[in-house]
Amino acid sequence: MNILEVNHLNIHDIHIGEPIVKDISFDLQQGQCLAIVGESGSGKSVTCRSIMKLNPSSLQQSGSIVFQGIDLNTLTDQQMRKRRGKQIGMIMQNGMSAFDPSCVIGTHLRETLGQHYGWNRSKIDERMHIAMHSVMLNHPDRLMNRYPHELSGGMLQRIMIALTLVLEPDILIADEPTTALDMLSQQEVMAQFIRLRHTLGCSMIFISHDLGAVRHIADHILIMKDGKVIERGETEQLFTAPRQEYTRDLLSARFALDNHFRQLMERKEG
Amino acid sequence: MGMYIIRRMLLAVPLLWAISLLTFILINLSPMDPAVVVLQAQGVPSITDELIERTQQQLGLDQPFLVRYLNWMLDCLQLDFGNSYITGQSVWALIGPAFLNTLRLTLVSAVSIIAVSVLLGVLCALQAGRVLDKSVRTLAFILTAIPSYGLAALLVWYFSVRLDLLPTSGMDSYRSYILPVLIITISYAGLYFRNVRSSMLSNMNKDYVLYGRASGLPERVITMHILRNSLQVAISIFCMAIPIILGSTVVVENVFAWPGLGSLSIRAILSRDFPVIQAYVLILAVSFVIFNAISDMINAAMNPKLRNGL
Ligand SMILES: Nc1ncnc2c1ncn2[C@@H]1O[C@H](COP(=O)(O)OP(=O)(O)OP(=O)(O)O)[C@@H](O)[C@H]1O
Ligand SMILES: [Mg+2]
Repeated sequence: MNILEVNHLNIHDIHIGEPIVKDISFDLQQGQCLAIVGESGSGKSVTCRSIMKLNPSSLQQSGSIVFQGIDLNTLTDQQMRKRRGKQIGMIMQNGMSAFDPSCVIGTHLRETLGQHYGWNRSKIDERMHIAMHSVMLNHPDRLMNRYPHELSGGMLQRIMIALTLVLEPDILIADEPTTALDMLSQQEVMAQFIRLRHTLGCSMIFISHDLGAVRHIADHILIMKDGKVIERGETEQLFTAPRQEYTRDLLSARFALDNHFRQLMERKEG
Repeated sequence: MGMYIIRRMLLAVPLLWAISLLTFILINLSPMDPAVVVLQAQGVPSITDELIERTQQQLGLDQPFLVRYLNWMLDCLQLDFGNSYITGQSVWALIGPAFLNTLRLTLVSAVSIIAVSVLLGVLCALQAGRVLDKSVRTLAFILTAIPSYGLAALLVWYFSVRLDLLPTSGMDSYRSYILPVLIITISYAGLYFRNVRSSMLSNMNKDYVLYGRASGLPERVITMHILRNSLQVAISIFCMAIPIILGSTVVVENVFAWPGLGSLSIRAILSRDFPVIQAYVLILAVSFVIFNAISDMINAAMNPKLRNGL
């Protein structure tokens, strides 16, 4: 069963009239993970934000987005807001800027959970503590009272994952969730993502430049270029037998880079 | 936070000292001999060299520069700024009440400026690009372009002369405040609401706003977060603005015969009353330093990142 169907999505900038996303269609099955891959500026983030109807009003979108059988275009702002976070969740690329810098972390968590569940403070704290422990964050009570700048990017990313664990969305959109992290934190956060998928059994849209991670987590892949989908397919099939020249280049460039990097590291160690 | 306040206050001490030295040097650079000024003010018909020398001795002007500076500074610390060369009254007796009058006008104006700029800034930011935003910005542009004495003349003519609603001068009741405060507010709020607006707009595009929306927070809560972050900039601007207004009420005070520092300083400058000028400059400089420190402290209270910076 498809949990999300995107049909003929077009997005253009009303100021310059330039199309940004051109006639994209895809669907996402219950419990599956779809990866979107493509060069910078190809429209991945704009596409994801359009699913949550969070693009600025200067970007106009047409086409239908059907979530659990309901066309999101028919929903009121209020109904859409209730679905954000609770049913369609999002993990941001940069944890450092994802939280209000002048409030402690706990503020965002309490506001969000209070909004969706109406829980009181102690209930929220109790549930957040359990979730934070499960993503390997120690001393949750102390973390709740820390400001974003006092924590590392990896910790903030895991706090977002912990919040998602409590919210249990049906779809999770992760827009380059590990790009801003160092290698070690990348691995830790990826491990948490894989666990999150198993725990919640939620569907996922995963944007990443890290093809290794994509191969690991995604069932299907969508390759985007200049606002268009140029290739799609099951992960293994796409990695082993890409049909498009562009995809082949993308994969080989990536692996060439990986190999180069590995050689450098070996030389350094050797 | 407590440590921050202490460190910030200690930082102000050397600054204040430097200001006092600079004030003293600048006044002493004036080509006019203070003794001549005093003698002229007393109406002495023929000023002889002998007379000048005697007056210099009386005023302590024959002592070396450093001694004079030290004496002056020690006196200033006790709020003794000497006597006016012109009237012979103690400078503090002249400047103290005038300072309070100006401070009153400044604080009332500041409150009004803050209220108007925050209100207009927030409204314009929320309506950015729409009719309201555009018309407010155009109107503000026109109003701030009119010099304040022109605006003052216009408003006095309309409200006080034609409608006979408000007093034209003096400081008698709350009604005396209306026109001067209005004029100061127009000239400053017209500038400051832009800071609030642009600061709001830049915060609206921040990631935390997107994540707040993506988490399903209502617009009301998100707007509060944007406000909280935008007002930091605004608050530091306002605190810096207070001493600027304090020093620039001259025009308004002269138009409305407000018995404040502005009127007093103009008189002192025209008659070369050095002790009064010195005290005036010093008081303004000190309030600059003080309000600057207060603005830093408020900012540190609102922005935790700054606290460790000092
Ligand atoms: N708010 C906006 N207004 C106008 N144009 C925008 C806006 N946001 C993005 N764009 C444009 O849309 C295009 C696609 O941007 P998008 O952020 O979706 O790229 P991306 O694939 O996510 O790239 P990256 O890998 O760098 O994140 C870009 O050309 C960008 O300039
Ligand atoms: Mg992007």
